[in-house]
Amino acid sequence: MTVHLKIAFLPLNDAAVLVAAREKGFAEGEGLALDLVRTTSWATLRDRLVFGQVDAAHMLAPLAVAVTLGLSQQAAPIAAPYKLGVNGNMLVMASDFAKALEPDVAARIADPLAAAHDFAAAIGLWRRKPVIGVVHRFSSHALMLRYWLASAGVDPDRDVLLRVLPPSLTVEAMRAGEIDGFIAGEPWGSAAVEAGLAETVATGERIWRRGVEKVLAFRERWMEENPDTVDRLLRALARAAAWCDDPANHAALADMLSDGRYIDQPADLIARALSGQIVARAGEGPIAHPDFMLFAREATPFPWRSQALWIYSQLVRWNMVPHDPVAATKAGGVFRPDVYRRALANLDVAMPGASMKVEGAVDRPLGVGSRRGELTLGPDRFFDGRIFDPERIDDYLAGFPPPR
Amino acid sequence: MRIVIIDDSGLRATVLEDGLREAGYDDIHIVPPRGAFVARLERMAPDVVLMDLGSPSRDTLEEMLTVSRALARPIAMFVDQSDEAMIGAAIDAGVSAYVVDGLRKERVKPVLELAVRRFNAFSKMQAELEEARTALHDRKIIDRAKSILMNQRSLSEQDAYALLRSSAMNQGKKIVDVAQALITASDLLGGGL
Repeated sequence: MTVHLKIAFLPLNDAAVLVAAREKGFAEGEGLALDLVRTTSWATLRDRLVFGQVDAAHMLAPLAVAVTLGLSQQAAPIAAPYKLGVNGNMLVMASDFAKALEPDVAARIADPLAAAHDFAAAIGLWRRKPVIGVVHRFSSHALMLRYWLASAGVDPDRDVLLRVLPPSLTVEAMRAGEIDGFIAGEPWGSAAVEAGLAETVATGERIWRRGVEKVLAFRERWMEENPDTVDRLLRALARAAAWCDDPANHAALADMLSDGRYIDQPADLIARALSGQIVARAGEGPIAHPDFMLFAREATPFPWRSQALWIYSQLVRWNMVPHDPVAATKAGGVFRPDVYRRALANLDVAMPGASMKVEGAVDRPLGVGSRRGELTLGPDRFFDGRIFDPERIDDYLAGFPPPR
Repeated sequence: MRIVIIDDSGLRATVLEDGLREAGYDDIHIVPPRGAFVARLERMAPDVVLMDLGSPSRDTLEEMLTVSRALARPIAMFVDQSDEAMIGAAIDAGVSAYVVDGLRKERVKPVLELAVRRFNAFSKMQAELEEARTALHDRKIIDRAKSILMNQRSLSEQDAYALLRSSAMNQGKKIVDVAQALITASDLLGGGL
């Protein structure tokens, strides 16, 4: 019997795995009919999930943690057993602003530390306090932007103005001069570059080489009550993710996503991030950025608890939540590697043996313990070389200098 | 009680405002979610903010509700989280509401219920309008196909329509689709009208 599932998403490249699961028959193969509900704001996606209008959602990982901790409207326990992708974000700034930065865009992107210091110097030259669009307070984008700015001594709450707006409105806001730049998931940065409004200043992948991004989010209770459906969905997504990762399928995937029901943007813009060919300035050739966004390899979808805890550490760092052990445990518990292992036990995917790891310690591809298959972890360094040990959150937080 | 409606579609906001005024609320303001709408909203100090659930500007509004020092801290969309039927009805109707902290739920509930009814009425109106538009559009296409048949095959209007209908039935298609195919073919062959 076919099970119907409603899943809310935002028009972004990293909804790819859900779209491919539906369009390429991976969901059907598991007896699932996916009804993908296009949503234009994270608030509405959250409400649809929390109040049961959908069964699952393509959610910002930090938002899943925040809703669980009661930081974003109605508190509700959210469970994330599967990551829909890593990386995929881009910071773009108005071309005039970027004139004060390293002019060679490839060099600029390759060295985020230098770019952050250039950015800090450029703030004073700009005609106003730079207004930077972020998609949500509880987004990976906002946390990475804050991390990156702070590395050069910029206080993100004082030296710039962070303005929240949904990805689909970013390009229009640039055009109207309401913002001076923004960080968002693709294809929105590429769309602003293509329109000649902005150029790339930093990419998420260079800030944290394997940055946690969107998760598949459930209401925890619903997930516990429907284990069979959850397992089938995860299997369908694992197969879809492998399909999405394959370079041979990138053109077809970009075409699929460009449809009006999904992203509704030109396929060639969408393809840039999928294939890691980033155009950083209008009219220039693409820069090769092979790990720009990942869906399947290196056990990308595995919900490492340490990554939920990294998010928690950043929420504490920016005074969005008071630091206490109960909250930390709750935050870490949002990611559910146990469900991932159960669902994909009989599938041919690499299965990490541990549920936590030290984040930011892998410099070059590293073979690690796996219960099955070969598992190679890709480099996961933060650009400033810091290492996050989930057992020592206090030490980690103490290592950041207080704002100037 | 000061109510602010944030809405881009002038018509839906008007439908809602009229309803609220009829029900005796008179401190109502409509703000389109553009430009510096957040600053305007702060100056107005509303008790209740009503917004289309489908508006992409909800994240911007919520951020303002989180960081604003000018507003008494407003709370969640729904005053009474236990009232699941009400919440479901609101989400289905596409209503989101933010209510200032401390306002009693008995005072807010009628406003929410009214908003749900008015939003539903508006959607129904839109659907009917859309239906009427489609019907008109279809009729024009069928009329054009009929006149092609009448000219090319010297049929009466009635026979032309009967031919379209039987072709549609035989092919398991809608009459309008068969008519459209005929028009396209006729245009391609240079025999268009």
